[in-house]
Amino acid sequence: MKTQSTTLLVIGGGPAGYVAAIRAGQLGVPTVLVEGAALGGTCLNIGCIPSKALIHAADEFEKARHWSNSSAIGIHVDAPRIDLAQTVKWKDGIVSRLTGGVGALLKKNGAQVIAGWATIVDGKTVDVRTPGGDTVRVTCEHLLLATGSTPVELPGLPFGGMVISSTEALAPKTLPRRLVVVGAGYIGLELGTAYRKLGAEVTVVESADRVLPAYDEDLAKPVLTALKKLGVVLHLGCSVQGVSDGGVRVRTAMADEFALPADQVLVAVGRRPRTEGFALESLGLDMAGRAVKVDEQCRTSMRNVWAIGDVTGEPMLAHRGMAQGEMVAEIVAGKRRKFAPAAMPAVCFTDPEVVVVGLSPSQAEAAGMDCISASFPFSANGRAMSIESTDGFVRVVARRDNHLIVGWQAVGRAVSELSAAFSQLIEMGARLEDVGGTIHAHPTLGEAVQEAALRALGHALHI
Amino acid sequence: MGQHIVKTPDIGEGIAEVELVAWHVKVGDMVTEDQLLADVMTDKATVEIPSPVAGKVMSLGGEVGKQIAVGSELIRIEVEGAGNAKDVDSLPSRGTAGVGASQTTDSQVVAARSPHPNPPPAGEGTKAAAVVSNARTAPPRAAPPAMRAEGEKPIASPAVRKRAWELGIELQFVHGSGPAGRIVHEDLDVYLASRGQPMTAKGAGYAQRHEEQAIPIIGLRRKIAQKMQEAKRRIPHFSYVEEIDVTELEALRAKLNAKYGAERGKLTLLPLLARAVVLAVREFPQMNARFDDDAGVVTRYGAVHLGMATQTDSGLMVPVLRHAEAQDPWGFAGEVTRLADAARSGKATRDELSGSTITISSLGPLGGIVTTPVINYPEVAIIGVNRIVERPMFQGGNIVARKLMNLSSSFDHRVVDGVDAAEFIQAIRALLETPAMLFVE
Ligand SMILES: Cc1cc2nc3c(=O)[nH]c(=O)nc-3n(C[C@H](O)[C@H](O)[C@H](O)COP(=O)(O)OP(=O)(O)OC[C@H]3O[C@@H](n4cnc5c(N)ncnc54)[C@H](O)[C@@H]3O)c2cc1C
Repeated sequence: MKTQSTTLLVIGGGPAGYVAAIRAGQLGVPTVLVEGAALGGTCLNIGCIPSKALIHAADEFEKARHWSNSSAIGIHVDAPRIDLAQTVKWKDGIVSRLTGGVGALLKKNGAQVIAGWATIVDGKTVDVRTPGGDTVRVTCEHLLLATGSTPVELPGLPFGGMVISSTEALAPKTLPRRLVVVGAGYIGLELGTAYRKLGAEVTVVESADRVLPAYDEDLAKPVLTALKKLGVVLHLGCSVQGVSDGGVRVRTAMADEFALPADQVLVAVGRRPRTEGFALESLGLDMAGRAVKVDEQCRTSMRNVWAIGDVTGEPMLAHRGMAQGEMVAEIVAGKRRKFAPAAMPAVCFTDPEVVVVGLSPSQAEAAGMDCISASFPFSANGRAMSIESTDGFVRVVARRDNHLIVGWQAVGRAVSELSAAFSQLIEMGARLEDVGGTIHAHPTLGEAVQEAALRALGHALHI
Repeated sequence: MGQHIVKTPDIGEGIAEVELVAWHVKVGDMVTEDQLLADVMTDKATVEIPSPVAGKVMSLGGEVGKQIAVGSELIRIEVEGAGNAKDVDSLPSRGTAGVGASQTTDSQVVAARSPHPNPPPAGEGTKAAAVVSNARTAPPRAAPPAMRAEGEKPIASPAVRKRAWELGIELQFVHGSGPAGRIVHEDLDVYLASRGQPMTAKGAGYAQRHEEQAIPIIGLRRKIAQKMQEAKRRIPHFSYVEEIDVTELEALRAKLNAKYGAERGKLTLLPLLARAVVLAVREFPQMNARFDDDAGVVTRYGAVHLGMATQTDSGLMVPVLRHAEAQDPWGFAGEVTRLADAARSGKATRDELSGSTITISSLGPLGGIVTTPVINYPEVAIIGVNRIVERPMFQGGNIVARKLMNLSSSFDHRVVDGVDAAEFIQAIRALLETPAMLFVE
């Protein structure tokens, strides 16, 4: 058996793991990264990037279809058509450009990549089974777990056949005529919306009594309205029992059952940390539920064994994993770091988009804070009108006593781009007056950010 | 919560203005009734101002040294109840109002920085020369301790947090002076300064020192300075001459040169005198200083940048041996030779000719019996070396031959008193007469 040793060994080449390896390489730490599937992990291959590409394609198609009927702005096209194979090829092109880029960055920074599946031997030793069938034993001083997450399966609906996960939904060969989406979280709604825009009949089944149950109701409402307008059928407060002939069986909150015809069923009920299949249990690490338990430096309960990204649990977001990866690399290189962001932004690329950073009014209240909050609607924003998208609002939450901003929420077209400003304002400890006193370019959606702050101060100008 | 404004009291005798001589509290401090807040000074006396209320200090009416009108706002205190200030509502209340025991684990830090609930002991600190920071270089005054409620997060930008973690500082214990209690870089500086930086552990030799202390010339001192300047506008010097028995020193020097001269170079008296000055200014920091009489500030230096009045063809020049405190006598001797050569050949840089903090003037063998050296402006002291002469002395009833040398030194009488000058020279004398002391660190 071939053996080699290194200082830092990273298992998993997703955003968490590859960022850790790049940063460690930059800092001169000898680093080996093991990836069993494709560099870029969930995010680049079967998550964030391909889903956004598909959403974009669906948006453009739906726009063209919209113009083939009637158009307020005077554009008319003949009935458009979409070549799904070409769309998927285009999406794959983006993915391979990005994953190729990750490989190049790793190389440039001196991190060695071993393709193969890792199995833990002990806290300092890992066996990697390469695609050729050989095993390489790698010993290390620091072991970093970045194994990500996998989609959660429903007991009555195992993946296979007509039941698919987001992975399959992102690489459709043909468009199902009728798609049932199980789960109205962000992944289910993002993909459900895209499929609807591409022309499928989409039905969403959700056991909670509203969509986006993780978000507050004010934010979810415009999304619900838009889904209905788009013709997505919703069965809230219902759960899927299993597949039946040509469809699924659904049970309502009242325990009634009905059948829902479907050609494909997308199960998007969440993801869970990948902690099985590579002998992680042999380390006997402390766990936090299904996730590996880590402290604020991403240390596990075993010395020099670290964990980052989805494997450490919620919120499972690519940018969180990247930030943790960067930090661990720096700690291993001898720097002092701690993972303590003031807020973790989250974006939901539905139509309209939803952004949350920091605390919502009710979260602030639950935390015992006396807060003021104010929102500014896009219906009073010139830019929103000029892009035909006046639904939604920007909301700010700030402490009453000193006006320190503790949260931002927004829902509306293209508001994902506001997340940078929201995060910075919170990280920098901005107060309402700071935002109110900052000149925001006109006409932009960002003006609604300033206006929300001014409104919280009691003097919005444009409402 | 209300605000109580304490005004500068009418001290009587038709006085319209007083000078702020010392603050005994800082913004953020909790004060009790009757706790000493400040000292102000009139032409005649220093007056202590106690607090009429209990509460938290919100703002101070000016910096030490400022002249303030009787009846103007001296200090603003946040109090329970209404207070006496109007328009309070228009002022944003501070986020850090959650006063009280922050449940800290770092008890040491907190103990060292906790607001003093009792008045400081009378006479604490020298009132006439209250220490404040030099805004340019020295760390600002210690800020009040963090007063966050249990569980309340400190607020700081990512850059500040990163720096804090690198320095191993728990932000929980750092006071935030920014808006909404935000911790800014300066707050970290204050925190670092207040918890004391570790001395740099250097292997060999004497450590360099870089701290500075600016002492505003205020109160009594300012009055003395004004009077001294008036009286001796042109030559505010006074000179002090002392006779020093350098027999032992010369014997030691001869032995050192015999033993080490070949490899380390020969020592003259100057390096040994320089070492004595370095040691003596530790006891008399007021001598190693520069007086900015426009600003009314004397800055004392931890470093000893020794000026050496040197005769050159084009006249007197004063090359500066930087960080004399970090040189042993041989290193010093080497630097002296180098600098003197540079000065004589006109190659000395601007840096090598400026920035001294105290000066030695030596005429070498021509040194006479007594000189009145002129102070190297803006320093406050200069030490002049006279010639060594062998003279008969009485010792235990016998006449013995001893080597004697006078030191003629001048001081700036505006800021240095005669007694201090004499004691300073006596300290140098004691070191030179028991030369082993020069080598003890
Ligand atoms: C459809 C979808 C949309 C998403 N959209 C967003 C979004 O918009 N924004 C956002 O922030 N997040 C989004 N996410 C979540 C995001 O993809 C994850 O949070 C992120 O990829 C987690 O990164 P990670 O590095 O922790 O793990 P992963 O990206 O899951 O990477 C783990 C890698 O480790 C490898 N691996 C695991 N075990 C082993 C082993 N034993 N040996 C070798 N290799 C191993 C896996 O093959 C995988 O490549 C989305 C996810 C999905 C599914």
